[in-house]
Amino acid sequence: MATKDKNIISALYDDDDVLLRGIKDVRDKGFDVTEVYSPFPIHGLDPVMGLERTRISMAAFLYGCLGLATAISLTYGMMVVDWSMNIGGKPSFSWGENMPAFVPIMFELTVFFAAHLMVWTYFVRNGLYPGRKAQNPDPRTTDDKFLMEVDLGHGDKDQLMSLLKDTGAIEINENSK
Amino acid sequence: MHYEAPIREPLINGDKSYHDITVDVAAPVESKAPRSWWIVFSLALIAFLWGIGCILYTIGVGIGTWGLNKTVGWAWDITNFVWWVGIGHAGTLISAVLLLFRQKWRMSINRSAEAMTIFSVIQAALFPGIHMGRIWLAYFVFPIPNQFGSLWVNFNSPLLWDVFAISTYFSVSVVFWYVGLIPDFAMIRDRAVRPVTKHIYKILSFGWGGKAKHWQRFEEVSLVLAGLATPLVLSVHTIVSMDFATSVIPGWHTTIFPPYFVAGAIFSGFAMVNTLLIIVRKVFKMEDYITLGHIEMMNIIIMLTGSIVGVAYITELFIAWYSGVEYEQYAFLNRATGPYWWAYWSMMTCNVFSPQFMWFKKLRTSLIFSFVISIVVNIGMWFERFVIIVTSLHRDYLPSSWTKFSPSFVDIGIFIGTIGFFFVLFLLYARSFPVIAQAELKTILKSSGENYKKLHDKDGH
Repeated sequence: MATKDKNIISALYDDDDVLLRGIKDVRDKGFDVTEVYSPFPIHGLDPVMGLERTRISMAAFLYGCLGLATAISLTYGMMVVDWSMNIGGKPSFSWGENMPAFVPIMFELTVFFAAHLMVWTYFVRNGLYPGRKAQNPDPRTTDDKFLMEVDLGHGDKDQLMSLLKDTGAIEINENSK
Repeated sequence: MHYEAPIREPLINGDKSYHDITVDVAAPVESKAPRSWWIVFSLALIAFLWGIGCILYTIGVGIGTWGLNKTVGWAWDITNFVWWVGIGHAGTLISAVLLLFRQKWRMSINRSAEAMTIFSVIQAALFPGIHMGRIWLAYFVFPIPNQFGSLWVNFNSPLLWDVFAISTYFSVSVVFWYVGLIPDFAMIRDRAVRPVTKHIYKILSFGWGGKAKHWQRFEEVSLVLAGLATPLVLSVHTIVSMDFATSVIPGWHTTIFPPYFVAGAIFSGFAMVNTLLIIVRKVFKMEDYITLGHIEMMNIIIMLTGSIVGVAYITELFIAWYSGVEYEQYAFLNRATGPYWWAYWSMMTCNVFSPQFMWFKKLRTSLIFSFVISIVVNIGMWFERFVIIVTSLHRDYLPSSWTKFSPSFVDIGIFIGTIGFFFVLFLLYARSFPVIAQAELKTILKSSGENYKKLHDKDGH
């Protein structure tokens, strides 16, 4: 076992509230909760696990700005620079004066870029792609069970095992990664 | 933490656990299709094939196969286009706007409502495509480089805004829907017994495992997508209405069109959601999740948006008179008393009068009555578009060009074909996709489930 750098103990729970208390207890004792698999987003899990806030909405904002810039360059390049036309006497030769007619395009492309690029980022960051092997080690965690993985580190295994049992885990397994 | 006021009715009836939700949502996917499904599916498929035949005939022979003439150059095609796009709006409204407003009752209906959105936008997009005539040149609507011709697309044109609005709306709705579907596909994958089924859902679920960080991103992505989809859905029908409002035609050239179209779209969309879900909850035994309370909520929205539409109709009439423009006045007089009076009064009866029954609690909690009204509303909304389009056009400025419009069998065939196509897609969806967003629904079980609410009452907190 010495060659493995992590020794993972996994505990299975059948209730989200019991799991939350369990994570708290385990972390209070100084163990590291490396992962939690759950069938649905658990309210209040992030602060208990100590997860940082995701920055994906910030990315979406930047993607939106990119979309807006694309729309401005498209309309300016095509309608003003390359081939400007007199359409119904509108101020076609000045982007600034004709801008109100381009608002729908600017809005739509902002949304288009923000939404699609954000979802691509989401897939890439989560490692999701068609046909990938299931990431959850136990198939019951998409139904009604919750799995907590704890890194034993240099701690005492028996102490952690009994601690997990006390927190209400219904199954405790040892697996090395 | 899982507390909700006892005065709120439970959103999940019966003594349900997390596992019960899994089993109930997976049941339609895991069981064999009932005979009724095959009957409805066959009928829809026949209608769809008939529609394909009519579309091919149109493409082969030309737009002359339709009932159009030189005065009425737009009729059923654009009517059907606006009707289908409008129906789509309710799905986005339920999944995006109700998410922003933290309306938890959306959770058991948003999946099917979004499916309806996507399938109806597909129907809508068919119509401008085939009305182009030379459909093989359809790529000309995109801003393509100059070697295809001497000009760029015209970014001042509402028709081009429509291209951008509809494609953005469709593609964003698809990803919004799919992001939500991934955890539910993973649930079906993990339950699947047969290797082929397991493999298909393995591909569809993208390997989802429900890690803590992934759920955190999932919730953030859903929220941001809802924030983006909310103005998007309003912009789509606004832009559709600008196709008319920016043309100088009496009866079309009005500033009330955008809000009036959006309200009408939500109105017809909720009616279609009601039509579909009243059947889905019965056939798939989902009465505990899609409760009478859900149907009642949708009926209230139908009543509210129907009243907004009614106010818009009356405002339009008043402004036509008040404008002092005789062409405008005549357009509206002609709608109500001209040769198409029956279309106008069908529209008024179905859209303004019929939703008012929903003020009575007994009627809006009756399934049969809700179902009938939901069909009536969609008939009315089809007539609304027909009235706006055909009656504003058929009496041109010169009496010598006055005509009427009557649809050819091809017009009718294509319309019936899109209804068939819609139901083919929806029926396939209902048998192979999780029809309820079960992962999301599990988050409210402890606060809004009937059994948990009773426990709260017993404990006295």
